[in-house]
Amino acid sequence: MLTFTIRRLILAVPTLLFISLVIFLLLELAPGDPMAQVPLTVPPEVKEKMRLALGLGEPVHIRFWKWLVQFFWIEPQVLIDNIFGTTFSAGDLRVISWQTRSPVMDIVVQRLPQTLWVVGTAYIVAIVIALPIGIYSAYRQYSWFDQMGTFVSMVGFSVPPFFSGVLVIVIFSVQLGWFPSIYDTTLVVDSWDTFVKQLQQMVMPVMVLALQITAQLSRFMRASMLDNLNQDYVRTARAKGLSEYVVVMVHVLRNSMIPVVTVIALGIPSIFGGAIITEQVFKVNGIGQLLIGAIQANDLPMVQTLTFIFAVLIVLFNLIADVLYGILDPRIRYD
Amino acid sequence: MTDAAKKDPLQHSSVQQEAEKAPRSQWRDVWDQFKSHRGALSGGILFLIICVGVIFGPLVYWNDAQYVPTGRDFIKLRDMRPIYHALWDPSAKMDWAYPLGTDNLGRDTLSRLMFGGRVSLAVGMAAMVLALLLGSLVGVVAGYFKRLDGLLMRLTDLFLALPLLPMILVAAVLFRESLSKSIGPEGGVFVLIVCLIGITSWMPTARIVRGDVLAIKEREFVLAARSIGTKPDKIISRHILPNVLSPIMVSATLGIATAIITESALSFLGFGFPPDFPTWGRLLNDAVDRMTLFPERVLWPGILISLTVLSVNYLGDGLRDALDPRIRGR
Repeated sequence: MLTFTIRRLILAVPTLLFISLVIFLLLELAPGDPMAQVPLTVPPEVKEKMRLALGLGEPVHIRFWKWLVQFFWIEPQVLIDNIFGTTFSAGDLRVISWQTRSPVMDIVVQRLPQTLWVVGTAYIVAIVIALPIGIYSAYRQYSWFDQMGTFVSMVGFSVPPFFSGVLVIVIFSVQLGWFPSIYDTTLVVDSWDTFVKQLQQMVMPVMVLALQITAQLSRFMRASMLDNLNQDYVRTARAKGLSEYVVVMVHVLRNSMIPVVTVIALGIPSIFGGAIITEQVFKVNGIGQLLIGAIQANDLPMVQTLTFIFAVLIVLFNLIADVLYGILDPRIRYD
Repeated sequence: MTDAAKKDPLQHSSVQQEAEKAPRSQWRDVWDQFKSHRGALSGGILFLIICVGVIFGPLVYWNDAQYVPTGRDFIKLRDMRPIYHALWDPSAKMDWAYPLGTDNLGRDTLSRLMFGGRVSLAVGMAAMVLALLLGSLVGVVAGYFKRLDGLLMRLTDLFLALPLLPMILVAAVLFRESLSKSIGPEGGVFVLIVCLIGITSWMPTARIVRGDVLAIKEREFVLAARSIGTKPDKIISRHILPNVLSPIMVSATLGIATAIITESALSFLGFGFPPDFPTWGRLLNDAVDRMTLFPERVLWPGILISLTVLSVNYLGDGLRDALDPRIRGR
């Protein structure tokens, strides 16, 4: 298992390199000019100097190499410095945002907690809701509960987050006035009142994100339970006289959880993608909104870094899912 | 003895009757199975209604989607409420000539919805066709030619590892200007969005098709075809493609759904079509700023997107059951 993990980790390196190259070339080949926003009155030689100051003077492969070094060598050093108070990275050039002139990773670190809070809570809420629904609809297949579950998850698939988000704002924020429609990230939770406020503002984004994940997960849980409920070992367990609860919740559930756990791991990167839209709807200033702002402002280093972080998440969680599958299912041995 | 003799011709005739019944074609069976799936049937009918309404609606409907009133008409026609608003607020500003009201520039909402639906559906269909062509091509080639299999499947894996939504957003911004210059603002964005969605959504189709091709390639009828000297391209077009048609059709329906959602998301984030060119996502986005005053302008495009995607999803569900001969007849 360990050798498999190490092999997959090593294999992930060329994949990530290739993806970063694709992203870099996409930004490079695009006909947009980063100097397009500069006023026309600025003389051309000054423009040329500004171009050089942004690091655009060198050929493509050198800039790509520089970005790689900055991202993979200097940024980890900065991280270590910040944690242990060392000075490995003193004097090194970091990836600088063109919008704010500050290091990209600093801004990302500022924005990340908001995203993680909303996305993480939504994911946990969705798992907690989806699993019982899936288990019960599989146990009572074709009952009215199952039919309802099918319909609700179909709706969850079909209603895009930018509509469900706007819809809950209209209902709960405009008509009923229960929750604020804008997520206030400056709120400091230090008393019971602020805690309630934080809960109130998190309800709607979490609800919108959780609806989609619940739809997928409960379907998957149901299918996986159905696969197992008709197996011979279930009949054996019943024949031994085990109670129905033990049969379903211990024997069947444990076996059906194997594929579901990997799906949960695989779904984490895509939820960050979904958070881009949800953050825009509820004005959460997380990394999704950072990305949108950076694209609109033509801030190429920021866009490159953020897109690459998304790619790292996808590759990482694919790997985690594979490893989990091997650990949980004794029939699967990679070596 | 006589009993048996009497019975025998009867039995014989009933068997004959069974045999003489009109032969049923495969598509007849598929249709029968499809009909029995109530959700799929209603989904199909709903999708058909939306398509017909969107395509032929503007031909019958009296208001022009692009007409912007000026002067006194502007004051008179803007911010009209839908007619059903009279049920709870008779004093609201409305007119029977504008069934769903008008927006803040006095443009008719219903005709804009129909026009936007045309664009959304056209983008969805075109992107689906492109994704399907790419996916089937990659899938068939990877499944049939062993030498290309590894390479093409690694490519598929790489595409699956790309962060697609951020990259679509980036590309939509970066390539817009130059395409708009060469083809025109609306056509350029249309081509751009269709290509972006198509290029980023072919992977599931390719994987499914490859799996099926790998299985079918080993069957006897393909061996027979090969043994009489059929060329690979003819084997693929005559024997393999018809047999992988059902997974392709299922992913086609699901492809329309994802393409419509992606296009609406792009328009919603402001990376889609130009502002005066309505699509459902764009209409939704424009209405968000004033949704406290005019919630209906948010609701209608949102409901239409959701209904279309829901109906297409149900359609795909039923199609999957109907095209699978193992489930058919159950």
